[in-house]
Amino acid sequence: MSEIRNYTMNFGPQHPAAHGVLRLVMEMDGEVVERIDPHIGLLHRGTEKLAESKPYNHSIGYMDRLDYVSMMCNEHAYVLAIEKLLGVVPPLRAQYIRVMFSEITRIRNHLLWIAAHGLDIGAMAVFLYAFREREDLCDVYEATSGARLHAAYFRPGGVYRDLPDRMPQYEASRVHSEDEVRQKNINREGSVLDFIESFVDRFPGCVDEYENLLTDNRIWKQRTVDIGIVTPERAMQLGFTGPMLRGSGIEWDLRRKQPYEVYPELEFDIPVGVTGDCYDRYLVRVEEMRQSNHVIRQCIDWLRQNPGPVMTDDHKLAPPERSDMKEDMESLIHHFKLFTEGYSTPPGQVYQAVEAPKGEFGIYIVSDGANKPFRLKIRAPGFAHLASLDEMARGHMLADVVAIIGTQDIVFGEVDR
Amino acid sequence: MTTLSPADHSDSEEQQQPHEDVLAGLAASFDATVTTAFHERTVIVDRDQTFAFLRSLRDNSTTRFEQLIDLCGVDYGNGNGALRGHPERFAVVYHLLSVSRNDRLRVVAYLPEDNPRIKSVVGIWACANWYEREAFDLFGILFDGHPDLRRLLTDYGFIGHPMRKDFPLSGHVEMRFDEKKGRVVYEPVSIDPRVTVPRVIRQESVE
Repeated sequence: MSEIRNYTMNFGPQHPAAHGVLRLVMEMDGEVVERIDPHIGLLHRGTEKLAESKPYNHSIGYMDRLDYVSMMCNEHAYVLAIEKLLGVVPPLRAQYIRVMFSEITRIRNHLLWIAAHGLDIGAMAVFLYAFREREDLCDVYEATSGARLHAAYFRPGGVYRDLPDRMPQYEASRVHSEDEVRQKNINREGSVLDFIESFVDRFPGCVDEYENLLTDNRIWKQRTVDIGIVTPERAMQLGFTGPMLRGSGIEWDLRRKQPYEVYPELEFDIPVGVTGDCYDRYLVRVEEMRQSNHVIRQCIDWLRQNPGPVMTDDHKLAPPERSDMKEDMESLIHHFKLFTEGYSTPPGQVYQAVEAPKGEFGIYIVSDGANKPFRLKIRAPGFAHLASLDEMARGHMLADVVAIIGTQDIVFGEVDR
Repeated sequence: MTTLSPADHSDSEEQQQPHEDVLAGLAASFDATVTTAFHERTVIVDRDQTFAFLRSLRDNSTTRFEQLIDLCGVDYGNGNGALRGHPERFAVVYHLLSVSRNDRLRVVAYLPEDNPRIKSVVGIWACANWYEREAFDLFGILFDGHPDLRRLLTDYGFIGHPMRKDFPLSGHVEMRFDEKKGRVVYEPVSIDPRVTVPRVIRQESVE
């Protein structure tokens, strides 16, 4: 009889289910995983080191590229940390816009998650459905900030600009007829807010469609129920946050528990799982999409009734109006100083966390009073989650590793930084 | 201008007071100092006491910090005296979170340049494993008792600790694929270091 022994298997870094550049070295006993050693860092760009060499505002763009599917939430944490150092409170309208875009970002993130997670474990159709809605949210990003992904829209002291009055429309071309374009432009006649509202009206029906495809699907349940169970105690030991922690039954949401911006004014529920398996985390995230939708609707109502400034009038922090610069010497000087030197923060250290779609995204800034951070640490939720992959996957089959990577919602931009 | 204070909660106000006393008592028994700035509490503790102090922060029935949210190194190498407030070069910063009590705490331990070594907290919080590997990788801080202290983020065979202040921003080596050799080769960097925006400390921001 031949000798039976464990063998080592390499997974990734170029594997469609690796969600980017994850490399796993797995010790296998047949089909069963004995031990996993994730090798990360293939996307390490040294964001923290780069931020030390640049004025505060220059690093906003780097924040987008951390968790590159929930861009504005990363900016949000960074901007809030700077505002905490400076002691600045942005105008109320800017806070509502930020919260609305944070929730739009949450939906975008969860749409990509459900699409990729479904695709990983064999549900092709949900990918096509989810990207249909994600496209509309890309258009909202584009209309407001000019970029479909890396927005750099949140700035210390407010947001870059107010919501535009007009939503860009499709134009007829050789491949798109007049009729087709008219059909596509139906909900793009009004402002961006009108377009978001039409999305919000439609979206709960879309979530129903995803749920039709997955929630009671026998194959989906076979792949996710009782896979990767994490007890509440272990979840805390492993540093879980966000849906991973809530999936294990702990009611913890920074938007409620340590509220920032205007979240105390808004009404939403926090879904919580029971068993802490992949299926519960799926249910939690699906319900979060519905709750985010509800929050966006409240923000739209408020924003419609309350026009006002979206940027602080402190010109040490925000550039003055273009028209003022043409006539007013002081504005010109402010503009010049802001764009050549930036602003200096008081010395000290702050930690500011936000409830990003994946969990607690935190920014820790050590300032020595200069116009650049002395040390910037990015606390990425995915980092702690991926660190627990070994523990979560032990004793599971190889195919379940893919389900667990999917449920952790790993994005390498933030894990590797 | 008013100060942003997201950590202030009306519902936890009444239970805050006994906790402050317990924390102060704990800190006193470990020779630690508690300071508050920007509505955040920072405890500075001696590195030999850090492990015991952190364990009692987690296990004490009043403090109950169940989660280690973040652990990172800081290099005060080129820092000015005002910033450091401490003669040592390195620091390890722990960010703790109590889910049950809804509270945060920062614990700082300073480490000397010639021997940046501290006891690992993997035994207290399992998630410290990767955070400590990262701090070792980027700063060269050694964690005694860590089960598997390997590099985490940098390349296989990387030399140096990139987040240290004396490590240049552009690094030491660059890599490219060599057609003749048929493999990736490492060479000294060809770009000159340059500063696009100089570091400026304005007196009014320090005061």
